Amino acid sequence: MAIVSRGFHGRPRAGGDRLPPGQYLVDDFPVLSAGPTPRVPTDRWEFVIDTESGQTHRWSWQDLMALPSQTPTVDIHCVTRWSKLDTTWEGVSLDVLFEDVETAADYALVHSYGGYTTNLPLEELLDGKAWIAHRFDGEELAPVHGGPARLLVPHLYLWKSAKWVRGIRLLNEDWPGFWETAGYHNFGDPWLEQRYEDD
Amino acid sequence: MTRPPRRPTWRAARLTGVRPETGSARTLRFEVPGWPGHLAGQHVDVRVTAEDGYSAQRSYSLAAPADGDAIELTVEAVPDGEVSPYLTEVIEAGDEVEIRGPVGGWFVWRPESTAPVLLVGGGAGIVPLMAMIRARRLAGSRVPFRLLYSLRDPGSRYYADELRRPDPGLDVAYLYSRSTPEGWPRLAGRIMLDDLAEGGWPADFEPDCYVCGPTGFVERAADLLLALGHAPGRVRTERFGPTGG
Ligand SMILES: Cc1cc2nc3c(=O)[nH]c(=O)nc-3n(C[C@H](O)[C@H](O)[C@H](O)COP(=O)(O)OP(=O)(O)OC[C@H]3O[C@@H](n4cnc5c(N)ncnc54)[C@H](O)[C@@H]3O)c2cc1C
Repeated sequence: MAIVSRGFHGRPRAGGDRLPPGQYLVDDFPVLSAGPTPRVPTDRWEFVIDTESGQTHRWSWQDLMALPSQTPTVDIHCVTRWSKLDTTWEGVSLDVLFEDVETAADYALVHSYGGYTTNLPLEELLDGKAWIAHRFDGEELAPVHGGPARLLVPHLYLWKSAKWVRGIRLLNEDWPGFWETAGYHNFGDPWLEQRYEDD
Repeated sequence: MTRPPRRPTWRAARLTGVRPETGSARTLRFEVPGWPGHLAGQHVDVRVTAEDGYSAQRSYSLAAPADGDAIELTVEAVPDGEVSPYLTEVIEAGDEVEIRGPVGGWFVWRPESTAPVLLVGGGAGIVPLMAMIRARRLAGSRVPFRLLYSLRDPGSRYYADELRRPDPGLDVAYLYSRSTPEGWPRLAGRIMLDDLAEGGWPADFEPDCYVCGPTGFVERAADLLLALGHAPGRVRTERFGPTGG
């Protein structure tokens, strides 16, 4: 039984069963990143997938815009405890980007402009679970939220949804990313409250 | 980067003392049996639980270096907030919360570090920076520190007496965003390039920069530091919240 804090009542409860344990709802969109916000002009932007056998697949901004996009509406959960329901995005499903990629790798290391990295099993990026998102709430994705494009993997804590995404390296072995090396959980499932290394 | 201590569990924490900082912020001292120690810049998660079992958790920066089992937090009341008004207005000495931490291995200053340091704080963002100033003093470090502290108005200054006392090697400059003390040379306004150019270190000194505060403040100050030529890898940021001064 948790310790009761005398005199604490809390807000009327909201969110219901869409709120993972330990999270609270926000209406705005807080920002969490470890450093300054990189500015990446779209004429110099590219996205790459490097496979474990050394093949590289590249997309320019125009290439990305020419691909079929989807408009997922998803709930997002940040490890700093806020959750935001029904966020609307537009982006290209990673299934589309991986169509011509030949790989037997199990792991993906996502890297960003600015040097950020995050790791996840490749299967968490496929089968309709992840996008390269370039619009949020009907507008171009703002730089503070990861624009021009960010990864969106809403079923994991939001630090896995790398902002300013630049590419994915496919690896046979798991390689911890930035926060994963700094004590955060390797997988980051909000429903299992996998916040920190030993959770 | 070294690894922070492995993730500890929730610990019971008893409030042992309170110091007002401003009309809307106060420093809380908790006794946390078994506290493992921490680095300046790290934060904790605080969990408060109501009688009916409902609980809420928020992050708060550690305001001072570890002192045995005692830790200090400084909390600003966010209007209509769920947790901060409880911590600033309701909780009394003897009451208990739960605390887990320390958290964060990136936004930290280590006493063995030799690079000059620039601290840029907005509002409650001063809290982890104050922990760094105190850790420097405690360690007898000679590393030069500069603090640029942006405040809404003269009444919202935390740690006022302590920052007024001379601390060799630490320069403190104040910026006011809404209203200044009488006769203050700088007009009230948001942080600008000149503030950082004059009050900071030249980029070729390669200082470690720590920027903390409300998101808008951090975005702006970090962008300005890059514009002054500081390397992105030397600008560490901690964003406290979505809005505010
Ligand atoms: C790493 C980290 C360290 C932090 N350290 C400190 C600290 O040392 N001292 C401190 O006072 N706070 C600190 N915070 C902020 C703190 O965690 C809470 O967000 C804050 O106390 C508000 O919580 P609440 O429950 O009162 O408000 P909520 O009920 O969460 O929010 C109420 C309303 O206020 C808005 N809001 C939420 N947070 C803020 C904010 N920080 N500023 C302005 N508006 C906000 C919300 O969007 C909402 O509209 C830190 C946050 C992080 C992520």
